[in-house]
Amino acid sequence: MPPALAVHALEKRYGSVRALRGVDLAVEEGELVGLLGPNGAGKSTLVKIAVGLVRATRGRAEVAGARAGSRAARAELGYLAELFRFPGWYTADEVLALHQRLMHSDGGAAERGRLLERVALDDARDRRVDGMSKGMQQRLGIAQALVGSPRVLVLDEPTSALDPAGRRIVRVLLEELRDRGVSVLLNSHLLSEIELVCDRVTILRAGEVVAAGSPAELSRPRGVELETDEGTRTIEGALREDAPQLVAEAVAAGRHVYGVRVLTSTLEDTYLEAVGDEVS
Amino acid sequence: MSVVLTIMGYGFREAVRRRVFAVVVLLTAAFLVLFWLATHYVFTRLSTITPPAGVDVNARVFAGAFLLGLAMFATLFLGVVLAVFLTLGVVSGDAERGLLQPLVVRPVGRATLLLSRFLGAAVVSVVYVLAVYGIAVAIIDVSGHWTPPSKLAPGLELAGGVVIVIALSILGSVFLSSTANGIAVFMLFGAGLTAGLLGTIGHALNSPTIEHASKVAAWALPFEALYQDGLRLISRNASGLTGFLLQLGPFGGAYVHGWGIRVWAVGYLCAALVLAVFAFRRRDL
Repeated sequence: MPPALAVHALEKRYGSVRALRGVDLAVEEGELVGLLGPNGAGKSTLVKIAVGLVRATRGRAEVAGARAGSRAARAELGYLAELFRFPGWYTADEVLALHQRLMHSDGGAAERGRLLERVALDDARDRRVDGMSKGMQQRLGIAQALVGSPRVLVLDEPTSALDPAGRRIVRVLLEELRDRGVSVLLNSHLLSEIELVCDRVTILRAGEVVAAGSPAELSRPRGVELETDEGTRTIEGALREDAPQLVAEAVAAGRHVYGVRVLTSTLEDTYLEAVGDEVS
Repeated sequence: MSVVLTIMGYGFREAVRRRVFAVVVLLTAAFLVLFWLATHYVFTRLSTITPPAGVDVNARVFAGAFLLGLAMFATLFLGVVLAVFLTLGVVSGDAERGLLQPLVVRPVGRATLLLSRFLGAAVVSVVYVLAVYGIAVAIIDVSGHWTPPSKLAPGLELAGGVVIVIALSILGSVFLSSTANGIAVFMLFGAGLTAGLLGTIGHALNSPTIEHASKVAAWALPFEALYQDGLRLISRNASGLTGFLLQLGPFGGAYVHGWGIRVWAVGYLCAALVLAVFAFRRRDL
């Protein structure tokens, strides 16, 4: 079975600017993959190629085995753009009804009601878009992306306008979708969000993949911290497995041990290491 | 088919919401009232027009054809205003505002999307042009008891001209921002009209060079040629000095006319649409 979404040796040039320089990425069935990188790293370009909005200069992108941008690929896809707008004179329900018709979804009012409920907009069903806050519009955008139960969901900065409660709603929704086998490519600046929900993370810098793996794989051991009556000291290079031995040695040396902590780098550490001092 | 209707409805609602129709209906109503007044007074005073002795001018035919020519010019202008404002931002404008991306990623196809928007604008504009043209013919008939020898064909040619402008506007929207596209299409429209007037001047001055320039412009911008052909059809029964005077006026003869230009106009329209679809398919959004 082909991956839900795959790009191979993807390149994109805008004139003399090389936005992507041979990127490989795969999102397997039911997998949630996070895309990280500073501004200008090529994340949005990659996402746009994957959904067929932008043409690749070289390489290929596929959705469920179909060429990205083809009708078959678009039928499997739900997408929330980073910069999007719905006509202000449509109500939330009308926006979803429009996309149901375009997606050939026969879910009817039941599907629309269910989607609005999932993004906590069930009370705003008949509210016009131009009367909604940015956060509400973004949640409506997520509901729109879910019309027709797509196999693959591509979300470009889906929580940029959301408050903490809104982000939590989206996080829970993403976890639900993963449990249902939906594959998600999530482009976000929010490291904590990516770390919390994603199975794997790909970090781009200047159009190239500079790090990839699960959040656990990307986190490296940084030693063991021991708190004794002499104070706190860090044993660099020590692993989790070394902790009992270190405690035993301290006790044997007559120290009182108050605490021991295994130190690992966070995704933020890995990210900053990978992208250097580029501002995100 | 339902997708086409959905997208046509989407464009229609956008136009209603943006008050494009409201503005056009208001302008049209003002024009028709003024046109009715003018027609009424012209035909009321027709008997007072006395050409010099020995000059054979059919004042009723002259006034009727001249007034209908004026109405056709106004209808074309208002139809083009409607057409341009319905379509000037179909691609670049909607993409800049983020309205297009959620639609393009749906399994509709860019060609279907673009052609549906064209079809929506074309249906609205054709209905509009035929309605205004029909009302103008009716006003002249009621006020002056004159009707053109071809009643429907000039209206259809006028509508065809507006449809070509719609195709050009949609093609322009793939490459240009809304403002730039609006300016470009109106300038093309103005250039076409100027070329038509130039042809009339060339005819009056008996200048083959100016007439040739006008013909080239008419083939390059066939909406103007269709409009001219429509003018020719409303005055084709006017003979003698009446016909000559109509030819000299701003709403007179056509220097490119007949089936050749009609077939060319259809081909031109198809080529503009094919080019628009081709460019839109290749366009990064």
